[in-house]
This record gives sequence, structure tokens and C-alpha cells, in this order.
Amino acid sequence: MENKTSFLPREGEAQPSRCPDNSAFKQQRLPAWKPQLTIASVLSCFFLTGAFCLTVGVCLVLSANSVREIQIDYSDKCSDCSKLRENSSNWNKECHCSVNFTLKEDILGDVFMYYGLENFYQNHRRYVMSRSDAQLLGRNVNIQRSKCAPFSTYRNGTPMAPCGAIANSMFNDTIDLFYNRNSSVIQVPLLKTGNSWWTDKNVKFRNPESYNLSSAFAGTARPPYWQKPVYLLDEEDERNNGYVNDDFIVWMRVSAFATFRNLYRRVRRVRHFTQGLPAGNYTFRIAYNFPVTRFKGRKHVILSTVVWSGGRNPFLGIAYLVSGTAATLTGFVITGIHLKLRKKKTYFQKQ
Amino acid sequence: MADPIRWARYRWQRLISTEGRECSSNNSSSKCYQSPKTTGKHRIVIPCLGHFKEEYEKVSKLYMNNKIRTTRYTLLNFLPRNLYEQFHRVANLYFLFLVVLNWVPVVEAFQKEITMLPLIGVLTIIAVKDGLEDYSRYKMDKQINNLVTKVYSRKEKKYIDECWKNVSVGDFVRLSRNEIIPADMVLLYSSDPDGICYIETAGLDGETNLKQRQVVRGYSEQVSEIDPEEFSSRIECESPSNDLSRFRGFVEHSNMDRVGLSKENLLLRGCTVRNTEAVVGIVVYAGHETKAMLNNSGPHYKRSKLERKVNTDILWCVLLLLLMCLTGAIGHGIWLSRYSETPFFNIPGPDGKLSPPALAGFYMFWTMIILLQVLIPVSLYVSIEIVKLGQIYLIQNDIDFYHEKTDSTIQCRALNIAEDLGQIQYIFSDKTGTLTENKMVFRRCTIAGQEYCHEENAKRLEAYQEMDSEDEDPADCQCGSSTPTSKCQGHNNRAVCEPLNRKPLNQLSGSYSAFKRQDEAGDIPHSGHMAFSSPIETDVVPDKQLLEKFSQISYQQSEETSSKLSLETMYITDFFLALAICNTVVVSGPNQPRQKMRLSSLSRMPIKSLEEIRQMFQRFSVRRLSSSPLPSVKESSSVSPNSFVRKLSIFRMKLASSNLDGAAQRVSEPQNTDSPEDSQVPGELHLVNVAAGGEPSHAVSSVELSPIPKPCYEAESPDEAALVHAARAYKCVLQSRTPDRVTVDFAGLGSLTFQLLHILPFDSLRKRMSVVVRHPVSNKVIVYTKGADSVMMDLLRTASEVHTNNSEIEEKIKERTQQHLDDYARRGLRTLCIAKKVMSDAEYAEWLNHRFVAETSIDNREDLLLESAMRLETKLTLLGATGIEDRLQEGVPDTIQALRKAGIKIWMLTGDKRETAVNIAYACKLLEPEDRIFTLKSQSRDACALVMSKILEGIQKNASIKEKNSEKLGNVSASPSAQARGFNAGLVIDGRTLEHVLHDSLQNIFLELTEECRAVVCCQATPLQKSVLVKLVRSKLKAMTLAVGDGANDVSMIQVADTGVGISGQEGMQAVMASDFAISQFRHLRKLLLVHGHWCYTRLTNMVLYFFYKNVTYVNLLFWYQFFCGFSGTSMTDYWILILFNLLFTSVPPIIYGVLDKDVSAEILMELPQLYTTSQKSVAYLPSAFWITLLDAFYQSLVCFFVPYFTYCGSDIDIFSFGNPINTSALFIMLFHLLIECKSVTWIHAVVIVGSILFYFVFSLAVGATCKTHNPRSDFYWIMEQHMTDPVFYLVCLLTTCIALLPRYLIRVLQGTLFPSPVLRAKYLVRLSPEEQRKAIKRWKDECNVNDRVELQPTSVPSSSAAGAVLEEETTDSALPASKTPFHSSSCCIAPF
Repeated sequence: MENKTSFLPREGEAQPSRCPDNSAFKQQRLPAWKPQLTIASVLSCFFLTGAFCLTVGVCLVLSANSVREIQIDYSDKCSDCSKLRENSSNWNKECHCSVNFTLKEDILGDVFMYYGLENFYQNHRRYVMSRSDAQLLGRNVNIQRSKCAPFSTYRNGTPMAPCGAIANSMFNDTIDLFYNRNSSVIQVPLLKTGNSWWTDKNVKFRNPESYNLSSAFAGTARPPYWQKPVYLLDEEDERNNGYVNDDFIVWMRVSAFATFRNLYRRVRRVRHFTQGLPAGNYTFRIAYNFPVTRFKGRKHVILSTVVWSGGRNPFLGIAYLVSGTAATLTGFVITGIHLKLRKKKTYFQKQ
Repeated sequence: MADPIRWARYRWQRLISTEGRECSSNNSSSKCYQSPKTTGKHRIVIPCLGHFKEEYEKVSKLYMNNKIRTTRYTLLNFLPRNLYEQFHRVANLYFLFLVVLNWVPVVEAFQKEITMLPLIGVLTIIAVKDGLEDYSRYKMDKQINNLVTKVYSRKEKKYIDECWKNVSVGDFVRLSRNEIIPADMVLLYSSDPDGICYIETAGLDGETNLKQRQVVRGYSEQVSEIDPEEFSSRIECESPSNDLSRFRGFVEHSNMDRVGLSKENLLLRGCTVRNTEAVVGIVVYAGHETKAMLNNSGPHYKRSKLERKVNTDILWCVLLLLLMCLTGAIGHGIWLSRYSETPFFNIPGPDGKLSPPALAGFYMFWTMIILLQVLIPVSLYVSIEIVKLGQIYLIQNDIDFYHEKTDSTIQCRALNIAEDLGQIQYIFSDKTGTLTENKMVFRRCTIAGQEYCHEENAKRLEAYQEMDSEDEDPADCQCGSSTPTSKCQGHNNRAVCEPLNRKPLNQLSGSYSAFKRQDEAGDIPHSGHMAFSSPIETDVVPDKQLLEKFSQISYQQSEETSSKLSLETMYITDFFLALAICNTVVVSGPNQPRQKMRLSSLSRMPIKSLEEIRQMFQRFSVRRLSSSPLPSVKESSSVSPNSFVRKLSIFRMKLASSNLDGAAQRVSEPQNTDSPEDSQVPGELHLVNVAAGGEPSHAVSSVELSPIPKPCYEAESPDEAALVHAARAYKCVLQSRTPDRVTVDFAGLGSLTFQLLHILPFDSLRKRMSVVVRHPVSNKVIVYTKGADSVMMDLLRTASEVHTNNSEIEEKIKERTQQHLDDYARRGLRTLCIAKKVMSDAEYAEWLNHRFVAETSIDNREDLLLESAMRLETKLTLLGATGIEDRLQEGVPDTIQALRKAGIKIWMLTGDKRETAVNIAYACKLLEPEDRIFTLKSQSRDACALVMSKILEGIQKNASIKEKNSEKLGNVSASPSAQARGFNAGLVIDGRTLEHVLHDSLQNIFLELTEECRAVVCCQATPLQKSVLVKLVRSKLKAMTLAVGDGANDVSMIQVADTGVGISGQEGMQAVMASDFAISQFRHLRKLLLVHGHWCYTRLTNMVLYFFYKNVTYVNLLFWYQFFCGFSGTSMTDYWILILFNLLFTSVPPIIYGVLDKDVSAEILMELPQLYTTSQKSVAYLPSAFWITLLDAFYQSLVCFFVPYFTYCGSDIDIFSFGNPINTSALFIMLFHLLIECKSVTWIHAVVIVGSILFYFVFSLAVGATCKTHNPRSDFYWIMEQHMTDPVFYLVCLLTTCIALLPRYLIRVLQGTLFPSPVLRAKYLVRLSPEEQRKAIKRWKDECNVNDRVELQPTSVPSSSAAGAVLEEETTDSALPASKTPFHSSSCCIAPF
């Protein structure tokens, strides 16, 4: 630093020479890999990529094809119910409807039951934010200061539990599946729990500490659209009640798209259903509570199996196949160019 | 790392300069306190003593004391002030605006705190950096403020130790030798009996030669030290200014007498007192008002061309951003209006009301701006700064810029225009010291019309040249560089010197090389001190003929010849006296370079010896009649034995004290060895004997081998030193110089002491300097003047003015001298005319009166001084002229050729004569022998216009013929290189014509003309003209200009040019101070431009493009998602990762890429200058490149978004699980994209890229594992962990990366194979074996040459006719065809140097 203000002897005698170090870094002579992007050097790369993509693509397509799935749109099938729900003053009136369908072949393996919603923009920015994770952790927080507004307190100051728009708009249809076997109707045993992520259920969602749930939620009120308070979500199973209710947790994990499905139940593989769902006639009995006409939406119920590559969406496999083919074709094309050019020797040195 | 500190220095210096302004305004506001006598902005300095006390109290309050504070901040104001300064940046303001915007509830996109994060991060980094720099300045200030000096204390009546900071205006300060001057003070006393103080200004401007300062007139007579108590005068001087070379004022004694003050009386803060035991001065400026502090100008902040382009592209990005936001806003409005009822997910505001779609859309616009803010890259600015720092660091550490002889390497003073080096189109070069070494060597002289060509001297110089080239290789090796570059440089050197090798090496050269080696070895300890005194400059071998004549001064044999000879002898005597006296050289002893040479015995008895000498001289002139040499010898011996014996005894003592040193001395003294020299200097021994006196004893003569201790000369300019050394070779030795006396040891005549009446220093306006002395013998006032022949010839007295019979002779001498001068100039020598004038006492008295008025005036003193000088320098008698050679620096022709091949136009702007300039231009291959030279030399503007249009017409006609011919030949000039249109014309223009040409009306045609010429030489150009030319080319042609120079006269040009390069040479540091880059040799320009310029430019452009790509890609991912979330401004990525993505995960690799990427190796770039044109024409950063990059970015973002979208479409994926693969594959895409673009991948790249990926995963995992509550948006919880176990995640990332990068990869591959750019082709050369590589490079070069030649060949014949046609029409001498042959032959002549 040769600060002009320093009138101290400038040339330090300690520095004998200002000659820079002759190190590879300072002289920019670091050994370097200089990738040469010419056809000759990348041919193998294209073919390898092509082969790999094709292989993966085939695997993916095969596995996606092995998935059995049945999807039933019931939003119009219970037209009277949907009309009833259009008027929000009827929220308290129960409405049931049944949907019959036939499985032509067995669905083997684990069968998952989803409810699907269409055109429900769960990913709306303000909707996504409208929750209080601290509250859901069972902490006694002042939800006034959270993002829950306007679904945080009632006018009289009673806080909502849980607060926020996500919780408020929770999907509240009840769907039961019946198997019509030889004119006898067997209710398919469905698992209510284990549908959510383990970490959600055990870490992220916690009920407030108290000797029982109803006292834990004392002083709070249910969200306006709910028919029952949060501590009555599952009266049968203490560990699936309150905030740690699986349906609630699954709903709170907001979906990425406006059309989505959420896991609702799993078929319990007992008795008739140890192999999955046998072929035959089935009936969904639905307690129709969730109005979809307000947002021009639709409701589905879906039965599906799951493989390692996810659901029945064949896109990934096809994409792999296409890109694999493309890469291989490109490989051939540039091989052609290469062979043509190689006749003119050292083409890249010519101008 | 000096760089950031220098950067910082710049910043605070700017600040200081504003403070300084404040100070000066304070001063002017304090006028009311000043005495009524003073007017305007003067300052009064009075000592704080005695009866002044009261007034002092009043005045001194207003002046700053000597405490300096260069820090910008104090502890208290650091935060506000730093923030204030940082928000001067538009980018920071933009981000501040975003932060503020995010606090508006309706548009809030992120959490408030998160938006602040990047801004706070950037601000903190810079604040910490500023703070650290400021702290180091604070420490430095403290150290300086607490230095101790001796200040007179009123209480204790003596000088006491005091800290610098406590010194204030009006204090008396006493300094001893080697002490640093604490403040600007007027010198009142010096222990030197002549009232001189020597100072070294290295601390101020880097010049290492001693400067003399004088005690104020009237005080110098005092024998004893000045007593501050007695000091009863007041000093009035101008207000503080930053002009180092100006100081005006006067001392008013109590009796109202005024004595003028000049810069000669001012000791500047920061200089060091040398060679003077003690000085006392009164402080006039202190602290920040000192000239040194006011003069602090650090590196400039120029804005590079690339940066300007980047800014326009950023504006495009802003437009894009607005477009995207508008789309979002409109989309949201439409989406909302589709719903007749309020859906669940459109939740009302906290007040329970919903805004109508239009309003919601409006809000959404702002939300989008926050969300998509990353498009305007905050990190881009920071990254560019960092990359530039890194590039500068690498440039500074390039070993090839190291010049061992001066132990200097490149200095980058401007930090942000490194990439401009890659775009230079025009180079404006100074000649002296830039192309040449500025080692002035006396070559020839003409005295009284008789030429002495000094052939032996020429041989000697060849010998040196020889040696230099031999020395070069070991020097390079010593530095440790054994790269091919240095080898090739060595090779080049040899090529330059080839003509030499062919010359027979005589014994002389061998012995000389032996000297030089010895000499250098001995020189090393004080090599830094001695300016302009390498043996090549000091050892002049006298011309035999002249020496003979010279010796006749003492051995005038026959009376018959004397009548003619005497006049010539008079001329010769006066000539050498003028050489020795007419300068400002400081003399110091030989072995203690900083010891002033003082022949005490001589100067102590000036009057007495003067008397004796006069007697001697009178006899000498009488002797012409009596014609006996012996008496004169006796006389002279009677004068000087005293002094001479003393000298001898000094020398003997020295010999005894250090045998080794003596031996070295003996060896270095050419006269002492057995070199062939001795035989060539036959007169010398005689002379010595004469000087030694009448009794030649063996004892004396044995020591006499080196009879006169060689004084060391320290000159301000190398020309002066060369002339003084030349005079010494003829035994006319400048022995000492004091302000009022000059002692010259003249041949056998002993010492002559001249009373020095005035020195009229050199200035560029007069182009001459004069001394006025009183001749000791004739007692007449004599003016010796030396200067450029262009001005001197007009000042000579004409026949009409002279009424002596000499007038004819004088006319003849003038004529012949002019011939010789022209000849010298053609040989590329620098010419100086020497003239004298004898004044009568009456004339002198009259002039003196005038002069006195001029000196004491304050206001328009400069003009008055100039006028008085002009009055003096008239009616001169021409004595002769000198030709000084300035050798070309090594590697200059090669460098010029290489730069020209790189498509750079080179102009030479010099103040020298036309012939000299043209010759140097030939020597350095700026002009080739086969070029047509057009010379513009017009008296009037109209003629000039006419000539230019004629020339232009000729050239264009020529060009069309050329084209036709080339078509006939079937050779389509396909080469797109810059030389395609390169008509081989050279333009030479002189200063006076330049004046016309630069007029508005002619500018355009002139530029048109110069564009057609391959080289332009402007001679006799003033500094102002130089800068105007640069400005003209820069503004009219919109070209990138580089100005290179070494002297103060180049400063304006350097400052005006886009890139200023200073050569830290012999002429001080002004050019370096003004420059952006300072190099030590012109040849370094080659690597600086061709290699570093190319690299810096391509690196930075690629990095900038990459940054745009990166940001656009990333932002678009968010944008595409808006189509699936009702344009509601949701992001599918966690905000933390979103914001940090650019700051943490993808910022380091591009920076490394920007600093280290190497498209072509340095060796090949040096070999193939043609590659420079790619960066010069900014091929890498055309607008198309920007848009292609953006297109690619769009494509990649589409792939990156939609592959995961379709994969997860309709599944139960949640927002952040969907965002995670997108984000991850974006990371991979960006990093691999970089890898595709990387031309060379070192382990650093690998580490950084792998590190970035690892860091991303670690960070995501950590966030996923911990962040469940502290942030309301904790949905990222456990997502990464979940995905890491999901094969689909990997498959999605893999596929996305592949598809996204495939097109770019394919295009690069096809480009690499089918249409390789020159750069790519050059890159492949590296792969070849050395043998093949050499062949390929040769083939390439041949290709270029063939292209050129095809264009050249047909030109040669018609061009001459065309040129002739033009020139025939201009017989009015307005344009001269520079005749080819003399230059050609002379260029052969000059080649050896």
C-alpha cells in the first residue's frame, strides 16, 4: 500500500524484489482440462446418453403401465347435494349420496383411495400463507399476529382453532367404500392413519398439552366452515384427533396445482382384501359436504395402486424414451457429418 | 492485495478533495480578517511570536493545522454515512425500493424480513470492507500525525520536539538531514553557505533526483541560524492550491520591503531533506492544505465500454421484468373475473373485503415485481467488481511484466477497465521515453558550421547494444520464468539485434562488455538514486578532430592559423561552456551519491581565484601573440595546485579507505584501464599533466590515472545529463553548482567560476532555456541559450542587426548548421541548438529591472516572466547544435507490428521534429519502407483542406484500382481482417498544420483521411493538441482509444483516452499518476493488450452473459408457475432458498469462471495477434449474443419447469415438493451450462462447482430438517430428505438437465466442428504437438500475409502514380512527398540501435 500520506520510507528494504511469484496460479498456467467440443470427441457421449435414456424410459413406461387406477367424478352424481351446498346457509343439513362402479379386474397390492379436486387453487399465494404453524405445533400463540386473518378470530374475540383459510376450507366429505359381493354389502376396511408423512404427524403437528383434547381446545372455536370442532375430527382414535388428524394434516400440505388429489384412505388388506381389491361391484357412500360449484370445480374419488415411479402418469417414461431417441438420432446425424468431413483432413484447421 | 485498498484510496481521495474544497472556501470566507492591503484569495502568514501575537491569534484560527484525517468515517457517523454513500448506487436503491415495497401489505410477496436479506448482505459486506479500510487509514494517520519534528517554542526559546499534528501555520520548524518535511514551508535558513537546501521528492512524485531549494532572498546572507524571535516579516502568499509547480507570494519586511517568493523557496510536505545539515522554515500551509495532500489523486473511475453495454442490457431486463409483471397483473385480473362468487382460496383481506379484479391486478403487478426481482441481478454488480479485482490481481502478478532493471512491474491504477484493454482500436503513443528508452546519448555535434560525427562513440554504442541483448536472457531466467513466452521474447530480441551480430565485433566491444558487467555489479546499491547515469549515457568518447581543436586552446602553436582558428576556438569554448552551464543539473560526489559536491576550497576563495584566472586568461589571449604554451601552463598551475592537491588527497583517502570500491572505480573509469580507449584519447595525459602543474612527479602521476573525481550529475531531463556528460568528455567538467555560482573545470585552464545571474527554465511554450552568467574573465554578462531549432533559428541575430564583419560568417554558420540539423533529424537524433549572447551591463540592468517586476508580482506573474524571458532571448549568436540519440526500447518494432496485426491503428504523437519523428517511425516499423508517406504541411486552413481532399481522392482511386486488380487476379479479398482496406499510406503532420486540421470544418475530412492511413505521425505537437486529437478520434469515430506516454506532456492525453497507459520511465511519475495502467516498457503493451486484454474481455463478457442467462432462467421458472396458480404470485420454492440461490449456490462458479477462464493460451495469443480482433469487435458480446442467451434461457427455463410439471401433474404433490426438483435441476443446469461454456477447467473450477452442489444439498437438508417453526412458511420441512429417497426425483433432475442443455451442447459441438471461430481454431492448436503447432501457426500467418500481399501487390505501381498525381498538383510546397530514399537509408543507419 503506497499511501501517499505515508511519508515513512516507502521502499521497504525488506522487500528485495517486486518480481511476482512464478507460481502456476499467478501466471495462469494451472493445469487445465480443456474440453474440446467437436463431433469426434462427443460422439460416444450422445450414444451413451441415448442408450441410457431409452433404458430408463422403457423401465418407467413399464412400471407406470402396471399401475391400476380408477377415477370417479362424483361432483354431479349427487346433484341435489351439490345444489344444497350452493347455499351456504344449509351447511348444517346432512346430504348423502352413493356412487356405484364396477371393477373389471382385480386391483392387486396396496390400494390407495384419493379424493381429487379440480380447479381448486390451493396454491394461491394468500391462501398458502394463511396458516399458523406455531398454532399447529400446539403452542399457545397469539394467532392475531399470524397470517391467518381474516380466519383468525371471531368478532367476539374467540380464536379459531385451527386458524387460517387452509384449515377453514378443509375437504370434509366422508367417503366409504362398499364391496357388493353376491348381494351382500361388505364395507371395505380402510385405514385412516398412516396417510401423512411421518414427520408431519410426529413433528410438525402437535396438539396442545392438556389432560384431554376438549379441554386443550377450550376457549377456541371451530373455523366457520367446519361442522365440528377440531377435537372431534376422529372421535374413535385419540392419536388421530385434533391437529394430528391425518385428514387434516394431508389437507394442510397444500397442493402444487389447481387440479390435485390427496390421499384419503388406504385399503386395509384383511379378509377379502388381502390381495387388494377384487373385481366386482363397488359403491362409494359419500357424505357430501364440500361445495365445488362455487369455484367451478369438480370432485373425484380415486382408487389407485402405487409403484416406485409414482402413479399412473406415463409422462416421465415417454419423455425419457423421446429424449433417448433424440439423442441417438443426433448421434447418428453427427456421425454422418463427421464421416463426411473426415475425408477432408484436418478440417478444423482450415479456414 | 493492494487492489481493494487502492480502490478504497480512490474513494477517500475523492472525499478529501471535496473536503479540500470546503477548506478553501473557508479560507476565502476569512478574507475579512486579512489586512486591508491584501486582495482576493491570498493568505498571510505571520509567526506566532513577539508583537505579532495578537494578529496571529486572529489569523491562525482560520488555517488548518497539520493534523491530517484521511479517514472517511468516525465511530459515530460510520453507519449513517456509509449507508448514505452506498445508496448512491442505483442498484442498491432499487433493492431498497423492493424492500419498502414489500412492507406494503397488499403487495407483500415475501416475508418482509427475507427481502431485506440480499440487500443487507451486500451492504454489510461493503460496509465491513469500508470499515476495515478506514481503520487502516486511521492507523496510518495516527502514525503520521505522531511523527516528531522540531518546532520553535516561544516559551522555551528553543526548538522542541513536537508531533506533526501540532505544527501549525506560522511555526518555525527546524529539520536536519534526511528528515521528512512535515508541512509546506518557506525556507528561511539553510546550513548550506549558499542558502541551498536539497530535497528529494520521491515521496511526492516518485522522482528520485535531488532538487534544489533556495533560502528566501535576503536571508541567505545570514551567517548564523535565523532567530525566530527576530523574525519580524510577514509572508503573503496565495491560497492553498494543488499545483505543485507553482507558489507565489512575497515576504514583506517590517520596513515594507518586499521579496518575491517562488516554488524555489517552498519545501513541500512529504519531501525529504538531503545533503543539508539543517534547515529552518516557516510553515505556510499545513495539514490538508499542503500541496501534497491537495494533490492526492488516486485511481480514476472510468466506466468501461462493456459496462456501458451491460447497463443497456440491464435496461432490457427491466423492460422484460415489466412485461412479465404486466402479464401477471392482467392474468390475475382475468383469472379473478372468471369467478362470479368468491372461491375459498381467494381469501379476503384482513378487513374482510375483496378488491375488484382490476385493483387486484394492479396490486399483483407490484407483488410480481418483488417476486421476480432476481431478474435484475444484485449479484451481477458485486460479481463484476469481484471478477475485475481478480483479473487485475492476475495482471499485476504476471511475471512477464516484470522489468528487472527497474525492479518494477505493472501497476493497475484503475480497477474497472481491464476489459477495455481487449477492445482497443487506436493507440496514441508518445515517442520519447515510450517508444524509445529515453536514455539520451550524445551522438554528434556541429560547432561553428563544422560537423563532428563522433564515430568512436557510435561504435561504443553498438557495443552496448550488443551487450544488452546478451544480457536479456539470463535476466529473464533469473526471474524464474522459463515459459515459452520468455523464450520467444528472447528470440525476438535477437531478431532485432540481428544486424548487429553481423557487424564485426572489435576488441572494443569486448572490453566494454566487461566494463559494463563490472559496472552493473557495482551499481546495484545505488542504482535507484542515480537518474540518467548509466554508463552508456555518461561515457562519451570524444571525437578526435574536435579534441584536437579543443586541445589547441591550450596549445595554440602558430600565430598564422590563429586568426581563423581563434574564432572557431572561441566558438568551441563557448559551445562547451554552454553545454556545461546551461542546465539545471545538480552535482553530487561520485561515491556518496547524496553528498553534494562542494569544492570548498574553490568556492571559498572565488574572488581571489577569479582574479587570478582573469590574469591567466588575459595572458592566454596575449599568448596568441607570444605563442608559448609553457607560461600558460605555469600560470594555470599556480592557480589550482591548492585545490588540486586537495582533490587528490581526498581521492587518496578514499582509495585507502575502501580498496575494493577504488578498484571498482578504477575499472569503471574507462580512461584508466588498458582499453583501446587510451590510445584514442591522446590528449588526455597531456591535459592531466597540465592540470597537475609544473612539477610532474611520479607519485602524482600514478594517482593521476583518475585525476578528477568523477562528479555525479542529477538532471531533471536526460537530455541535460547527456550534454553535461558530453562536455565532460571534452574535459569541460561541471564541478559544482550553487544558486549563484557555477564552477566548471575547463580543460587545462583550471576551474572557472561563473556568477550565475539567472536561470530561465525550460518550458514547452518557449521550447528553450537560458542561463545568464557573468563571465569570470571578460566580466561581461553572457546569455547561453539552448533550445529546439525551430524556435532558435528565429531568434538569431540577422545580418542587418550585426555590424561586424562576422556577419557573413554567422550567416554561413547558420546555413550549415541548419543542414546538419536536418541531417541529424533524418538520422532520428534529437537536436538542440546552442546559442549565446553577450550583453552590455546597461542592457542587462534594464532587463533586470523588468525581470524584478515580473518576479515580485503575484497575479499574472507567469505571463510577465514569460515576457521577460522572451525579451532576453533575442539576437543570439548561433554556436552550434547537438544531436542526441535516443535508442528504441527493446521489442518496440515487434510490438508495433503485432499490435498492428491485431487491427489496432497506431498514431505517434511527439513534440520532436518531423524528420526525427518520421525516422523513429521507420525504425520502429510504424512506417514501412514501401509505404507511401503523405506529409501535411500547410500554412493555411484552406490549403490544408485542399491537400487533404486531394490525398484522399488519390488514396480512394488507388483503392478502387486495387480492388479491380484483385478481382482480375481472381483473388477475392475475403479476409475480413482489419487490414482488408489497409491501404499502405502513412500520414505525417506537424503541429502547425495540426492546428488547422483540428478546426471544426476540417475534422471530418482529416479523420476520413487518417482512417485510410495505416499510420499517422504527428510531430511538433503540443500536449494540448495530443489530447485534442485523442478526444477527436474518441468522440467522432466512436473508437476505443489507448494513450501511452511517459512524461508530463502526455498527461492530458492519457487522461482523455479511454485507457491511459503510463510508462514509468525516466521522466518522473506524472504520467503514471494520471494513467490507468503503468508499465515499465513499451513492449509490455503487447502482452497487456493481446493476452490480458483478450482474456479480460472474453472472460467478463462471458460471465456477464452467463449472469443474464442465469437470472432470466431462474426468474422464468417462477413466472411459468404463475400460469398455474392464478397469477397470484406464489413461488414454489422456499423463499430462503429462492433468495439465497443466487447469492450462495450459483455465484462463486461464474466468478471463478470470470477470473480464470482461458480460451486460448497466452503463447498462441502472442503468436497470432489476429485473434485480438474478436475481442476488439466485441464478437463475444454483440446484441445478438445477448438475445440468443436470453432465448436459451427461456428454453431452459421452459424445460426446467415443464418436465417436472408434467411428471407431477395430477398427483398429490405439494407446492414445495414440486419446487424442489425444479430448483435442484435448475442448479444442475446452470452449473453444467457453465461447464459447457468453460474453455479450460482447472481444479479450482471443479472444486467450486462440486462445492456449490454439495453446499446446496447440505443447505437444503439443513433447512428441511430444522426449519419447522421459526418461519411461518415452514412447508419446506423434510422435503429434501423425502426427495433424496425418491428415485423419481433423481430421474426428473437428470432428464431435465439433459434436455435443457442438449441444444446448447449440440450447437457448440457443431460450431466447434463446422464453423470454428478463429479463437476456437487457435484453441485447437494447443492440442497439437509442438512441431505441428509451429507448422499450423506458420500456415495461419502465411494465410494472413497472403491476404495482405494480394492486396498490396497491385497497389504498389498505381499508388505511386496516384500519389504523384496528387503531389504534382500541390507544387506549392503545401504537401511534400517524403522522399523515400533518405529515410530508407537512414533507417538502415538507425537499425542497430
